[in-house]
Amino acid sequence: MPKDGGIGASTKRREDVRFLTGQGNYTDDINIAGQAYVHFLRSDMAHGRINAIDTAAAAAMPGVVRIFTGADFEGIGGLPCGWQVTDRFGEPMQEPAHPVLAQGKVRHVGDPIAAVVAETPEQARDAAEAIVVDITELPAVVDMRAALAEGATKVHDDLKSNLCYDWGFVEDNREAVDAAIKGAHHVTTLELVNNRLVANPMEPRVAVGDYNRATDEHTLYTTSQNPHVIRLLMGAFVLGIPEHKLRVVAPDVGGGFGSKIFHYAEEAFCTFAAKACNRPVKWTASRSEAFITDAHGRDHVTKIELALDEEGNFLALRTETLANMGAYLSTFAPSVPTWLHGTLMAGNYKTPLIYVNVKAVFTNTVPVDAYRGAGRPEATYQLERVIDKAARELGMDPIALRRKNFVTEFPYATPVAVEYDTGDYVATMDKLEEIADIAGFADRWEKSQDDGKLRGLGVNCYIEACGIAPSNLVGQLGARAGLYDAATVRVNATGSISVMVGAHSHGQGHETSFPQVVAEMIGIDPSQVEIVHGDSSKIPFGMGTYGSRSIAVCGSAMVRATEKIINKAKKIAAHLMEASEADIELKDGQFTVAGTDKSVAWGDVTLAAYVPHNYPLEEIEPGLEETAFYDPANFTYPAGAYACEVEVDPETGKVTICSFAAADDFGNIINPMIVDGQVHGGIGQGIGQALLENAVYDENGQLLSGSYMDYAMPRADDVPFYVVDHSCQTPCTHNPLGVKGCGEAGAIGSPPAVVNAVIDALQRAGKDVSHIDMPLTPARVWAAMNG
Amino acid sequence: MPKVSMTVNGKAVSAEAEGRTLLSSYLREGLGLTGTHVGCDTSQCGACVVHVDGKAVKSCTMFAAEAEGAEVTTIEGMAAPDGTLNAIQQAFQDHHGLQCGFCTPGMVMSAAALLEENPTPTEAEVRHYLEGNICRCTGYHNIVKAILAASGQDVSGIAAE
Amino acid sequence: MYSFDIERPTTIADAVAALGSDEAQALGGGQTLIPTLKQRLAAPAKLVSLSGIAEMQGVCVADDGALCIGGATPHAVVAREAAAAYPALAALAGQIGDPAVRNRGTIGGSLANNDPAACYPAAVLASGATIVTNARSIAADDYFDGMFGTALEEGEIIVEVRFPVPEAASYQKFLQPASRFALTGAFVAKFADGVRVAITGAGEEGVFRWSEAETALSHEFRPDALMDLSVSADGMIEDLHGSKAYRAHLVKVMTARAVAAAAG
Repeated sequence: MPKDGGIGASTKRREDVRFLTGQGNYTDDINIAGQAYVHFLRSDMAHGRINAIDTAAAAAMPGVVRIFTGADFEGIGGLPCGWQVTDRFGEPMQEPAHPVLAQGKVRHVGDPIAAVVAETPEQARDAAEAIVVDITELPAVVDMRAALAEGATKVHDDLKSNLCYDWGFVEDNREAVDAAIKGAHHVTTLELVNNRLVANPMEPRVAVGDYNRATDEHTLYTTSQNPHVIRLLMGAFVLGIPEHKLRVVAPDVGGGFGSKIFHYAEEAFCTFAAKACNRPVKWTASRSEAFITDAHGRDHVTKIELALDEEGNFLALRTETLANMGAYLSTFAPSVPTWLHGTLMAGNYKTPLIYVNVKAVFTNTVPVDAYRGAGRPEATYQLERVIDKAARELGMDPIALRRKNFVTEFPYATPVAVEYDTGDYVATMDKLEEIADIAGFADRWEKSQDDGKLRGLGVNCYIEACGIAPSNLVGQLGARAGLYDAATVRVNATGSISVMVGAHSHGQGHETSFPQVVAEMIGIDPSQVEIVHGDSSKIPFGMGTYGSRSIAVCGSAMVRATEKIINKAKKIAAHLMEASEADIELKDGQFTVAGTDKSVAWGDVTLAAYVPHNYPLEEIEPGLEETAFYDPANFTYPAGAYACEVEVDPETGKVTICSFAAADDFGNIINPMIVDGQVHGGIGQGIGQALLENAVYDENGQLLSGSYMDYAMPRADDVPFYVVDHSCQTPCTHNPLGVKGCGEAGAIGSPPAVVNAVIDALQRAGKDVSHIDMPLTPARVWAAMNG
Repeated sequence: MPKVSMTVNGKAVSAEAEGRTLLSSYLREGLGLTGTHVGCDTSQCGACVVHVDGKAVKSCTMFAAEAEGAEVTTIEGMAAPDGTLNAIQQAFQDHHGLQCGFCTPGMVMSAAALLEENPTPTEAEVRHYLEGNICRCTGYHNIVKAILAASGQDVSGIAAE
Repeated sequence: MYSFDIERPTTIADAVAALGSDEAQALGGGQTLIPTLKQRLAAPAKLVSLSGIAEMQGVCVADDGALCIGGATPHAVVAREAAAAYPALAALAGQIGDPAVRNRGTIGGSLANNDPAACYPAAVLASGATIVTNARSIAADDYFDGMFGTALEEGEIIVEVRFPVPEAASYQKFLQPASRFALTGAFVAKFADGVRVAITGAGEEGVFRWSEAETALSHEFRPDALMDLSVSADGMIEDLHGSKAYRAHLVKVMTARAVAAAAG
C-alpha cells in the first residue's frame, strides 16, 4: 500500500478548495488599476487585399485611447514558428511571415486588421465598428486539394505555392514499401478524414499587458500552458525585449489541450500596446472570437494502405496525408503531421516496412496546430481503422489480428525511427478483454437486437510518444527549441519546501501530485511541500506542459534537484552527527547513521543550513536550494487497448455509447485518482471527435460551426461512466520515476474504438458499410445505412 | 449610471450598472466576485450559473437590472462562513469532480439546484440535468459521480477512482 | 452590446406604453435575445422587460377546459404546472434548452421569436392554440409567418396562450447535437374532431402542419397509418447537421414515434 500522500496515493487535490469556492485566480480575474481594453477589428472575409484603413472617425469616438493597425508593427517581428520541417528533397519548408496585425492582406476570417484601445470594452468595440477598411475580396482557398492544384490562388503571394512541405518518412523506404504492397497477398486500402476540431478549453484566452516606464519592465498575464516559451518567443522574436525586462505570468488557467501552447498575436499586442499607451491593456476573448482565433486541431485527409500475407502478418504500410496548416504557421504546427505523426505509424505492431508521406497545405482558414494528442491521434486513427477493415476483409477476428502482429520484445526499434523501451501489449489487451467483458458481447448484442437497436463492438490499441523530448534529437528534426525542463527545490529553514517547476498545471493537478514525489523521497508530509508554477519571475526556466510531459520531464528535473538536496543534507547531517557522509541514511524524515542509534531530524538539518553555527562551511555553502535541468534520453511510450460498445438506432442513425473501457500502461503512477481523471477527460474528447465535433468551413472560408450552437461539445448525457484500468505497468526505463505520461492517451485511443464499433454494428446488421468519416452524426450514419 | 441593488450571498449590495450590464458582469466587475465565470456567448456552457431567488440561471444571459431586489447566491456563498465546504463541494473534491476548475462554479450551482428539486437523482437524471453545463476536462465521469455521492447515494460500485 | 435602457413595467398597459417609444423592444426571458444583442445583431434603444408583470405569469385551466399560460411564464413553470392538465405540453416545456434556460425563457418570448427549430411553435400549431395579445386573439394557423416571422405588429405583446387540451398528444424531439434545439420535432395532438400534426426544425418556412399525416391519423390513430406516406425533401432545411432528405425522413420517424407515445 502506498504511504499516505506519497507516490501511488490517490491524494485529494489541494487546488480544489480554491476552485470550489470561487477563489481561483484566472487571467480574466486580474484587473490592474488604470487598465484600458482592446477590441480587435477582425476580418470577416477569408481572403482579401487591404487597400486602405481609415481610423479617423473611430479615433474621435468616446473613450478611445489609441488605434493600432499593421503600420504600427512594421519593422517589428512577426509571430515565429518553432519548428522547421525539411521536405523529402532536402529543402526547408516554405515559411510565411505571420504579422501581429495584418500587413496588406487578410488570410482567414478572424485575422486582426486593427486594434482599438479604449477606456471600456464596449467603447473599444464601438470605435472598431467605425473603422473604415477598403478591402478587395480575393478567392478563398479552402479545400486542400484545390489549394495544391496548378494555378490555385496563393494564400501567400511571396511563396511559390500553397504547399508548405512535401515530407517523406522514411524516404529511403519509399520504393521498398511500394514493392511490398504490389507483391502482397492482400492490401487493405482506406481513405479517411481526420476531422478538424477546436480545442475549446472552457476558459477563453485572455491577455493583460502591463508596463513600468520607470524600470522599463514589461509584464504579460496570459492564459498559457508555458509562460517561459511565450517569454522566449515574444521577447526574442517579436518585440525584442530581453528576458530580464519581461515577466510572463500564466496564473490559474482554465484548460488548454494544446491550444494554449502557442504564442498568439493578442499576447504580443497587449505587451506592445501597454508600453505604447503607457497603461495596462487587457483583452478577453469571447467564445465566438476564440473559434476564429484559437489554433484548431487535426484536419488531415489520408489514404492508408496495409499489406498482409496469407496468415494476416503485416508486411508493409503506406500512408499519404494532406495536412491543413491554415493561413499561417502556428508555433509548432509543422511538427504535428510529421514527427509527432509519422514516427507513430508502427503502432503496437511489428510491421517491417513503413512509408509516410505528408503534404502540408496553406489555406484561408484559422491556423492548425497541436490539439490533445497532436499527430498521434491521427496516426492511431488511420492505423487502427485500416487494421479493423483488413480483419473484416480477411474474415479474421479484429482482436486476433492485432495480437498476431503485436511487438512482444523490448526494446523494439521501429522502422519509423523510434525505439520503444518497454511495453506489454498482450497484457493490456488481456486486461481489456476482462474489464470490457468482451466474452459477454454476444448476449448484449442479442438484447439490443430485441430492443430494435444495432449493437456493435469496437476495439483498438494505441501507442504514443510522450515526454517530449531529447533535445539533441528534436534539434536534428527541426525543433528550434530545447525540450528539457527545470525545477528548483527551495528548502526553507524550518524544513518546508517550495518547488519551482517549469511545468504548468491547468487542470492536471501538479500542485497535489508533484509534492507527493518530493514528500516520498524525503519522508515528510506532503503538506510541507508547495509547488510554484506559472510565473517566469519565480521559476528557473521551463518548457511547459503539453505532450504528456510534465511528470516525465519536469518531474524528473524535480527528482534530480531533490536528490541534490538530499545529498547536501546528508553532508550536513554527517557533520551534525560527527559521522561519515557515506553512512548517512534518510528515512521518514530522519537522518540516521547506519549501525548506530544516532539520528537527526529533517528540520534540524534544514535549520542548520540556514543558521550555520555548527556547519561544515569550509566544505559546503549554507542554504539549501538546488536546481536541476532534465533532458530526457528518449520519449516515453504509453500504450493500451480500448473497447467501445455502441447502439445504433436504425431509424435515425443516432449512435449511443453503451460502454467504454480503457486498459492503459502508463508505467509507474504517482496519483491514481488524477491519472483516472486524465483518461476520463481524454475519452470524453475522443468520443466528441468521433461522434459530435466538427469545425466546418464553407467554400468562402466562413466557419459554419463557429459557436456552441453548431459546434457540438460533448455533454454529460452523451457519454457513459468509463471503465479504466492502469494495472498493467511496465515502467519507463530511462527516467528516474519510471513514469510515461497519461494526459493524451484517452484522446488518442478512443476515436477508432468508437468508429470501429459503429461499423461493426452496421455490418452485423448486414449493411455494406466499411467506413464513415468522423464525426459519426446521426445524419451521416443514416446516410451510410441508406446509401 | 443608475445603481442596481440586490442581496448577494446574504449581503445587501449596490453597484452601478448600465441597462446592458449583464448579471455576470455586475458580479465579476461590479462586486469583484470573480468565481462566476463566462465561458461562452450563446448561453450554453453554464460556467456562469448562479441562483436568483433560489433558481439556477445563466448570469451571462440576464441583465443586472432584472435582478434588482433579488436574492442572488454565487459560488462564493456556498461554503460555510468558516470555509467548510458544503456537501456538494466536498463531494467534488473527494471524487475528483474538477480539473481546471473553470466550469466548476457553474457545475456546483447547477448540482445544488438539481438536488434541491430532486434529492436522490438517478445517474440518467444527473446527466440530463447537466445539459446546460459543459466541462472539457473530466469527461463528466467524476462530476456525475460526485453529484450522486453528494445526494447520499453509494457510488462505490462506479468504476475507477 | 450597444447601449440601451431597461424598463420594468408591472402592468400590461405600462408595457404597451413603453413599447410605443422609438426603437423599443420587448424583453421576455432574454435567452435568445441577449445572445443576439451580444453579437450586436440588434440595436434597441430601450428594452421593456415583461418579467415583472404579474398578470402575464402562471398556468390555469379556463372554464372551457383550455389551458391558459401567461405570456411571461417561464418554461420551468409550464413543465411543472401544466403536467396534470396537458402532460405532452409540459413535457415539451421540460425539454427546451436546459434547466437554467428554462428558469428564464418564456413561452411568449419563444413564440414572438418563432425560431424555426424552437419547440413551442409545434405545440401551439398542433394544439390549435390561440395567441392572446394586448390587442387581439390570433389563431395558431394565422400566427406563424415563415422563419422568425409572426403576425405580431410592432409593440404587440403576447399576454397569454390558450391551448385546447387534446384527448392524446405527444411531442417527439430529435436533438440538433450542438444547440439542442430540434433538428426535427413532431407534435401530434388527437382531438375528438381530428388529429393535428405540427413539425418544427425541419421546414425552411418554420413550423408547419403535415396535412397528409393529419388525414391519415384522423382516419386511424396508429403509427402504421403513416407507413405509406412520404415526405418531400423540398422545402426542408439543409445545414451541417442534416440534409433535406434526412430531415424529411425524420419528420416521418418522429411523427410515428409521437403517435406511438400518444396512443400509449
